[in-house]
Amino acid sequence: MIHSLFLINSSGDIFLEKHWKSVVSRSVCDYFFEAQERATEAENVPPVIPTPHHYLLNVYRHKIFFVAVIQTEVPPLFVIEFLHRVVDTFQDYFGVCSEVVIKDNVVVVYEVLEEMLDNGFPLATESNILKELIKPPTILRTVVNTITGSTNVGDQLPTGQLSVVPWRRTGVKYTNNEAYFDVIEEIDAIIDKSGSTITAEIQGVIDACVKLTGMPDLTLSFMNPRLLDDVSFHPCVRFKRWESERILSFIPPDGNFRLLSYHVSAQNLVAIPVYVKQNISFRDSSSLGRFEITVGPKQTMGKTVEGVMVTSQMPKGVLNMSLTPSQGMHTFDPVTKLLSWDVGKINPQKLPNLKGTMSLQAGTSKPDENPTINLQFKIQQLAISGLKVNRLDMYGEKYKPFKGIKYMTKAGKFQVRT
Amino acid sequence: MTDSKYFTTTKKGEIFELKAELNSDKKEKKKEAVKKVIASMTVGKDVSALFPDVVNCMQTDNLELKKLVYLYLMNYAKSQPDMAIMAVNTFVKDCEDPNPLIRALAVRTMGCIRVDKITEYLCEPLRKCLKDEDPYVRKTAAVCVAKLHDINAQLVEDQGFLDTLKDLISDSNPMVVANAVAALSEIAESHPSSNLLDLNPQSINKLLTALNECTEWGQIFILDCLANYMPKDDREAQSICERVTPRLSHANSAVVLSAVKVLMKFMEMLSKDLDYYGTLLKKLAPPLVTLLSAEPELQYVALRNINLIVQKRPEILKHEMKVFFVKYNDPIYVKLEKLDIMIRLASQANIAQVLAELKEYATEVDVDFVRKAVRAIGRCAIKVEQSAERCVSTLLDLIQTKVNYVVQEAIVVIKDIFRKYPNKYESVIATLCENLDSLDEPEARAAMIWIVGEYAERIDNADELLESFLEGFHDESTQVQLQLLTAIVKLFLKKPTETQELVQQVLSLATQDSDNPDLRDRGYIYWRLLSTDPVAAKEVVLAEKPLISEETDLIEPTLLDELICYIGTLASVYHKPPSAFVEGSRGIVHKSLPPRTGSSESAESPDAAPSGAPPSEQPAVIPTQGDLLGDLLNLDLGPPVSGPPVATTSVQMGAVDLLGGGLDSLLRSDVGGSPAMGGTGFTAPSAVMPANLGPPPSGGLGDLFDLAGGVGTLSGSHVAPKTVWLPAMKAKGLEISGTFSRQVGAISMDLLLTNKALQVMSDFAIQFNRNSFGLAPAAPLQIHAPLAPNQTVEISLPLNTVGSVMKMDPLNNLQVAVKNNIDVFYFSTLYPLHILFVEDGKMERQMFLATWKDIPNENEAQFQIRDCPLSAARCACSRPSNQKQLVPEHTAW
Repeated sequence: MIHSLFLINSSGDIFLEKHWKSVVSRSVCDYFFEAQERATEAENVPPVIPTPHHYLLNVYRHKIFFVAVIQTEVPPLFVIEFLHRVVDTFQDYFGVCSEVVIKDNVVVVYEVLEEMLDNGFPLATESNILKELIKPPTILRTVVNTITGSTNVGDQLPTGQLSVVPWRRTGVKYTNNEAYFDVIEEIDAIIDKSGSTITAEIQGVIDACVKLTGMPDLTLSFMNPRLLDDVSFHPCVRFKRWESERILSFIPPDGNFRLLSYHVSAQNLVAIPVYVKQNISFRDSSSLGRFEITVGPKQTMGKTVEGVMVTSQMPKGVLNMSLTPSQGMHTFDPVTKLLSWDVGKINPQKLPNLKGTMSLQAGTSKPDENPTINLQFKIQQLAISGLKVNRLDMYGEKYKPFKGIKYMTKAGKFQVRT
Repeated sequence: MTDSKYFTTTKKGEIFELKAELNSDKKEKKKEAVKKVIASMTVGKDVSALFPDVVNCMQTDNLELKKLVYLYLMNYAKSQPDMAIMAVNTFVKDCEDPNPLIRALAVRTMGCIRVDKITEYLCEPLRKCLKDEDPYVRKTAAVCVAKLHDINAQLVEDQGFLDTLKDLISDSNPMVVANAVAALSEIAESHPSSNLLDLNPQSINKLLTALNECTEWGQIFILDCLANYMPKDDREAQSICERVTPRLSHANSAVVLSAVKVLMKFMEMLSKDLDYYGTLLKKLAPPLVTLLSAEPELQYVALRNINLIVQKRPEILKHEMKVFFVKYNDPIYVKLEKLDIMIRLASQANIAQVLAELKEYATEVDVDFVRKAVRAIGRCAIKVEQSAERCVSTLLDLIQTKVNYVVQEAIVVIKDIFRKYPNKYESVIATLCENLDSLDEPEARAAMIWIVGEYAERIDNADELLESFLEGFHDESTQVQLQLLTAIVKLFLKKPTETQELVQQVLSLATQDSDNPDLRDRGYIYWRLLSTDPVAAKEVVLAEKPLISEETDLIEPTLLDELICYIGTLASVYHKPPSAFVEGSRGIVHKSLPPRTGSSESAESPDAAPSGAPPSEQPAVIPTQGDLLGDLLNLDLGPPVSGPPVATTSVQMGAVDLLGGGLDSLLRSDVGGSPAMGGTGFTAPSAVMPANLGPPPSGGLGDLFDLAGGVGTLSGSHVAPKTVWLPAMKAKGLEISGTFSRQVGAISMDLLLTNKALQVMSDFAIQFNRNSFGLAPAAPLQIHAPLAPNQTVEISLPLNTVGSVMKMDPLNNLQVAVKNNIDVFYFSTLYPLHILFVEDGKMERQMFLATWKDIPNENEAQFQIRDCPLSAARCACSRPSNQKQLVPEHTAW
């Protein structure tokens, strides 16, 4: 199982180590540093690194490498999933996950890590339970603790730990009972230079924020559950009920949680809400190139596309760009060759456009790689897959909760080739 | 008020200061001090000197302080064992605490103190905690057993903790079950022989129930444990599959992959005609696709596993090509894996899309990725014949870009395309030759030289081109030197008049000025060939080459089957069995897929339950890069090759064994003439099969009875008369007849070699292909004097059964290659099974019954023996003895 954990910052300092079994010398990280050196960028460090006596599995998030050391045959996905869970927990506890924050809260971090694993076996990874065991630091609590001498370690057994609903603690009480659901869809797409879709898929999630008193039993039904043929559920969802009736039936955890994530595959037709018209030409034998892109709405179901951001990694041969946008701000970094254009809202009457010239390195031939355009956008009140929640019912409690549902579509990895 | 203040006191006397604070009377100050100590510890500072002071803080009712002290103890107890004893009393007391949280915490911490002296004190509290009324304590105690086992395995066994742990598998609380399984699995890993996880249908049922209710991590442990279970029949396998399938929708990718492992393994047992089989296949695709939308690290592991799954069951993901398309900001390790899977999934239906993508990738920035993309285009051409033309033109386009590494990769793959589709695309040679000067990598140079040599007659200035390479002969790498040597000899044989000087030059360079034995040997052989018999030389050097097969990097089927059992583990990431890399894997049990037990197949003989597909379905794995000549030269006629002919990617010639490859193709084309072998003189054995040794090709146990029964006695003294195995007309005048015999425990093959040709034969050697029982020559073929025309020599070749094993059809089929100074000849024959039986196989009745029971049920087959001349009693005794004798030999299937 998981032997040790090292946290390493981007400059290569090990700033935290935790061992769940015998102590593994931090020199084991030298193998990691070697691999890091070979990979040109932090993102490219291979996730599994073998060393003579151990295996190093790492994830890179928030500019920190979380390196787990294992000695025996352990499912790598198990370790990587766990590491991501560690990061999520830190984020949950401290709001952000960064070196500074971790150092500021090192004792809590250490306590949390100790609760998460025992002898390398996961112990408590649900943030609900962890927060009962070790209370997250807040300014108020610190003040109270110093005055009363109490601690931020709970001395009761977390109530949920062993019940049939381990994700929910008993005795929850709210004065305002509310349940919010956010349907968020991300489109991953590759569009080729002629504008036709090479591949497009939708990753959707339903995130919930449930603040309900007692032990509510909820059911959520959809207008078109057929869309959901590839789903992953939170453990609270009763799978049998879904299989037979296509209804989500569950006793929710308290607070924020991800109810389900789903995937609408490339085989279904995926609506593409925006298009990009581009004209980028590098002329041979001339030190100037032309550059023009226009962004426009496509299948938006009448909703506004906003938060549009265009980024593109230009070829090395581009020295500088002089461009004029019809709206928004644009920057070009001549060192990293990164062009970014913050477009904002798309007005269908007056399409945003960015036009100008590129100065190219003289004497070199036409660059052999074409820049790919990366697009970000948001569409409120629309789930692009067409998924719609029908109704939410609550059983088991008497009060009337306030219910809310929100839809949003975002660009995931949305790329346009040129 | 953050913890960073604990790091600020770095001035001298820090330890001293902390000591004072730790011994302070004020609780608050004490706690702050311990926090400082912990903070120093986490960043790797040595604060072990404070041990006694920290331990003194342990007796407290403040839970946070207690936890902090425990944290400290776990870290430093090892370095201060004597001091650690001081803490024991508190631990024992805490194990009796009314608060289950404290009981659990105490038992948990005690297990982490890796000091021998302490472990003795630990046993009693642990025993109590294992039977605690609170499940939280029980589950913590279960893990503690694993910890203790790690420190002192003997103690755990002596104290009977393992049995208690096994009992916990039937605990009422799913969390306790999951932790017990996890602990047992970890213990079992270091004790592969112990039968710790002895699973039976009842315990399986318990596990499946717990699976639905425990945490995600517990589910992983339980699923991994389930995967080791061998269901007794297909119905049980199906019911387990049905209960595992819902796990495919879990949000935790590790749970999903472990479920996939269980399903992939148990699917083996389901009949393909079953509706459920099809449903299951359909259910497997979506979760695998979903894994690809996770974080890149998870994607990487998923992709490595999908690579295995796609090779085992391509039908699962055949429609999902698009999800493997590469996004430009994927990390490089994800890109390379996706590319691999794209090629595996490429088919006629999607090839246009794939090619368009690959062409796109070939213009990306990352050099490794671009190279692999170019290579992938070549592999597509070889895999999907219809696309070959488009691939070639794409490659030509890429060569026009003049990007150096693209050109080099393109040339390497075009060479392979030539091998696959001879006389089709040679028109592009001119374009290739234009880029000759830009090649600086050995592999590309060697490929180009091979092309020039192979098509010397179509390239006007072939001699000039090759001569230009010759100038720096000694600076070239070995593979280029070898290719150059071969290419020039080819050129000479094609255009002898103009190139005499060139060939002499290269031969002398290779034989006189080189230190490389491979190069020298090859040089000498060419030299001798050319000087003694130029016609023969031409026949050898310019012989037609076998076509290369479509996929060259498939994992060998038996390894693949083993790896399928390891889906989701490190083994699946490295594509190597755990025994190959896991440290301390002493005696790791090789896992294998369960045999299919569909009712339709149960009528077949036990040996008809192989783990993989029948040979005809197996993809052809033929060495691609070798040159027939090179193979011939290196024909290894010593002991038989052990490994299968795995394709090598290097151009290094002669690394592949012709015999292995040839016989493999022979196997695929079943016993019968093999067109692929061209003029190498292969004999169809059915024509010369002796009547009493020629059972119908149905194979299996039927033959076994036939043979044993026909022979009539199992004493081993019977020797069938010699029959002709290799007629003279098929083998350029060499006639071989023979038989098998067993004398006093030794097997031998008695051969009669007759030279019916007009020339003298010499340099005999023999080699067997892998076969069902690992038969192999125990000594080389001893024919010292050359065999004159019309002379006959009788020889007895001792055999043993230590060779490599591969199931043959029929079971007792043996494929043999015989070489002499003229050629290599292949034939196959059937050996009577009784030669394998040991004489002293008599068994006591009890023991026999026990052995009989040990043979798994699926190995049993029932059928009627008709027209049997033997009496019923005789039959009854001869049949079991067959079974019995075969037991030790059957392990390979």
